[in-house]
Amino acid sequence: MKIGDVIEEALIAVSANKIRTALTVLGIVIGIASVVALTAIGQGSQATITASIEAAGSNLVTVVPGAARNAGIVRGAFGGARTLKVTDAEAIAQLPLAEAVAPQVTGRYQVVAASGNANVQVIATTASYQQVRNVDIASGTFFSDQQGEDASRVAVLGSQVALDLFGDPAEGGTDPVGQTIRIKSSKFTVIGVAASKGGMGADTADNSIYVPLKTGQKLLAGQTTYLSQVSVQAVDADSMSDLQADITALLLDRHNISDPDSADFRVINQADLASTMTSTSRTLTLLLAAIAGISLVVGGIGIMNMMLTTVTERTREIGLRKAVGARRRDVSIQFLVEAMLLTFAGGIIGVVFGWLVSLGIERWAGLDSVITVQWVVIAFGLSALVGIVFGFYPARRAASLSPIEALRYE
Amino acid sequence: MKPSPMKPEMNGHMIECWDLTKTYVSGGTQTPALRGVSLTIDPGEYVAIMGPSGSGKSTLMHILGALDTPTSGRYLFEGQDVGELTDDELADLRREKIGFVFQSFNLLPRATVMRNVVLPLVYAGVPRSEREDRARVALLKAGLEASCWTHLSNQLSGGETQRVAIARALINEPALILADEPTGNLDTHTGDIILDTFRELNEKGHTIVLITHEQTVAERARRIIRIQDGLIVSDVRNSRAGVES
Ligand SMILES: Nc1ncnc2c1ncn2[C@@H]1O[C@H](COP(=O)(O)OP(=O)(O)OP(=O)(O)O)[C@@H](O)[C@H]1O
Ligand SMILES: [Mg+2]
Repeated sequence: MKIGDVIEEALIAVSANKIRTALTVLGIVIGIASVVALTAIGQGSQATITASIEAAGSNLVTVVPGAARNAGIVRGAFGGARTLKVTDAEAIAQLPLAEAVAPQVTGRYQVVAASGNANVQVIATTASYQQVRNVDIASGTFFSDQQGEDASRVAVLGSQVALDLFGDPAEGGTDPVGQTIRIKSSKFTVIGVAASKGGMGADTADNSIYVPLKTGQKLLAGQTTYLSQVSVQAVDADSMSDLQADITALLLDRHNISDPDSADFRVINQADLASTMTSTSRTLTLLLAAIAGISLVVGGIGIMNMMLTTVTERTREIGLRKAVGARRRDVSIQFLVEAMLLTFAGGIIGVVFGWLVSLGIERWAGLDSVITVQWVVIAFGLSALVGIVFGFYPARRAASLSPIEALRYE
Repeated sequence: MKPSPMKPEMNGHMIECWDLTKTYVSGGTQTPALRGVSLTIDPGEYVAIMGPSGSGKSTLMHILGALDTPTSGRYLFEGQDVGELTDDELADLRREKIGFVFQSFNLLPRATVMRNVVLPLVYAGVPRSEREDRARVALLKAGLEASCWTHLSNQLSGGETQRVAIARALINEPALILADEPTGNLDTHTGDIILDTFRELNEKGHTIVLITHEQTVAERARRIIRIQDGLIVSDVRNSRAGVES
């Protein structure tokens, strides 16, 4: 028998029993579409987290004051623990593995502009902050070293702050660059607006204002000794851990602390943070994949059901085909081709459908999604397996009966 | 498709069987359908099998058609022991040599008349271009008008279904045609068309074995075998065969 005829027989059989075909394909579509959509969302959130960590700055090691033991990061950053000094930052800058250092003093202040006001985080820092923290400027400029030295009264607004204070220039708001704002009753000239970085929470980069360190120390913090944070950029990604160790050793020495457990500062390696967050989101992806796996099983049971309920009819058909001279191989190949046709049709529709669903979720729920070939292949493989096992295996068994036995099959 | 290797025997019988028995076992009860049937049919014969319902006629036909295996006994087709053939060799034998009309027709559901009739040609590897032409000839010989050739098999009347089944059995021009009550559902006129076709085929050398309950149909054959309770009770040559009634 020619392969063209086998495919034609399979096509005719598939199109003859439309309900069986539709239900089988539906089972496959549900299974594959849910796997594709759910894993796309999982992978998407992973990508979002990775991207936002990268946006925070590359090869970044941050130093914050406060005790390492009592989860000091929150208290240290905002509680104003006074253990990290400007001189510490200057010493860190001398380390060979430190490419750039950006000390900062952070506070939350009322900010007033002509057209609005807001209560936001103000970061007083040096010009190197732009490099260390990857701050992209959407309009205007970041402040220069000279402006830092001169303690100029200039400010760079995060994108959300700019919107809150001045509105969207595209929709009738004023361009913030060149405008004057008041922070804690001191006047500042806006010289730039940062590009949006995204992220969640209150104190995101988009919700911050940057001013020169000296200006902030004098006008806002009222002290010039202590820092809220020091951001250090390592020379390359491989030396981040070494840099972290060097900074720890340096500061322990400077603070006269012999026991690292009682350190009054914390050195945070961004790579560690990234891996923690990535593993969290990987767990999320796996959870979604598990849910998808359940729908795959449900879809598979649907296929199985459909195949098994038609076994009687198909067994008779096989008996008939054998009675008119079909060899066992002719029958087996036909059923294999049928199972493959159904699986591939269902698989392709399922992938497209899953893709549309993930696009929809991306659009309406604001979650990013990334379709990965790996999961498409897994979903495809599993439903093909179900289709072939339950479509092909009964056929093989029926093909081994004598034609009369098969024709009488109940 | 190459025919299976079958060496013709010296005596030249088409069918030889010795002491065929068939016992159906279902749910613990044993039903002896054939209890020792021996018979010989030569090429070119035209045989009618008669007998009461349940006497084992269909059972015998299924065995002769290589569709089922006897419980015991030996069956030679053209000198080849059918019991020794593999599953695929049996398929080859059915495809190349035998046309079978089932008592219950057994058409492919949800397939057109045309599709049903060409099915044996598909497995015989006959080129696509030839198939429908041959199907048209077979359908006309079976007395089925062109108007229902494109109907689905489940949209046919009993008589039409029967004629499709006959056309399917004829299409390969098999050496042996086995027909289980081919005129059972037909009016006299249509029945005559079928019987004329069988006569023509027989005159061209095809061997024909048919089962019938009607004496008039049986009398058209050259030989009448009567079966009762799974045994042959009479086997007579019909001198009047061929005389149009
Ligand atoms: N699959 C089966 N299982 C059990 N018994 C069977 C089976 N097939 C046939 N029989 C029995 O075998 C006997 C012979 O059946 P068969 O079909 O050969 O009769 P028949 O002569 O063709 O009858 P009819 O003229 O009614 O078609 C019957 O008693 C029947 O009940
Ligand atoms: Mg019968």
